Amino acid sequence: MFPDIPLSHVVIVSTLMFFIGVYGFMTRKNLFAILMSTELILNAVALNFVAFNYYLYPDKMQGLFFALFIIGIAAAEAAVAIAIIVAIYKNFRSVNVEDISQMKQ
Amino acid sequence: MKPVLFYVMAAIILLGSALTVSSRMILRAAVYLLFVLVATAGIYFLMDYTFLAASQLTLYAGGIIVLIIFAVMLTSGSGELQPKVGRTKAALAILASVAGTLTCLASYFAYNAFLPRTVPTDSSVRAIGAALVSTGQNGYMLPFEVISVLLLAAMIAAIIIARRDAES
Repeated sequence: MFPDIPLSHVVIVSTLMFFIGVYGFMTRKNLFAILMSTELILNAVALNFVAFNYYLYPDKMQGLFFALFIIGIAAAEAAVAIAIIVAIYKNFRSVNVEDISQMKQ
Repeated sequence: MKPVLFYVMAAIILLGSALTVSSRMILRAAVYLLFVLVATAGIYFLMDYTFLAASQLTLYAGGIIVLIIFAVMLTSGSGELQPKVGRTKAALAILASVAGTLTCLASYFAYNAFLPRTVPTDSSVRAIGAALVSTGQNGYMLPFEVISVLLLAAMIAAIIIARRDAES
């Protein structure tokens, strides 16, 4: 893969994926959709780490381990987020962020 | 063959991300996200990081997506259509995203000193395992132990948060 594809192409793909995730984070109202946008953002960051590791420091494994830990933390984050969403659904019968305004006066 | 594969993966990633944030059905968005994650694992395979690609497939594609789909089925169900995004809000979000993309790419291309190299590499499972339990210079013993505590805490927290209602 190294001589055929420049690093910039991988970086362009991961940047676009990151900002598509940011767009989803800003526009979606459903809590699950917001969670999925977060996963897109985390995935783009991991891809960026791995690409820089592969192209610039192939003899080391820092980026690889960062991506591995990002995957592990994303799993923990998704588990807690889904537990919170289920608890919210029990209380409000909705997963729409606009219906959850209990603390607003 | 390999460059073609990379561009196919890149196209799947970009199309899938766009559909994930724009699809009005949550279950379909989850399936598009699955495509994105599998294509990312494909790029890791092209880079010969096979262990990372396998973790991506099992944890992300196999674990998180299944968890999300289960939770969607438990709460809102599959048939509900999400409301359309308001035009002003969509325009502002697109503006912010495009500005961010241009800023990031401009700063990448302005720093023109990246030197890609080809040196013999070793990213086998044996090397990864040795680095994970090593305390030396390129060892990851401390983060490995910390993330195990984090996963335990997340597991207990998820159970307690989800069943709080049943106790009271």
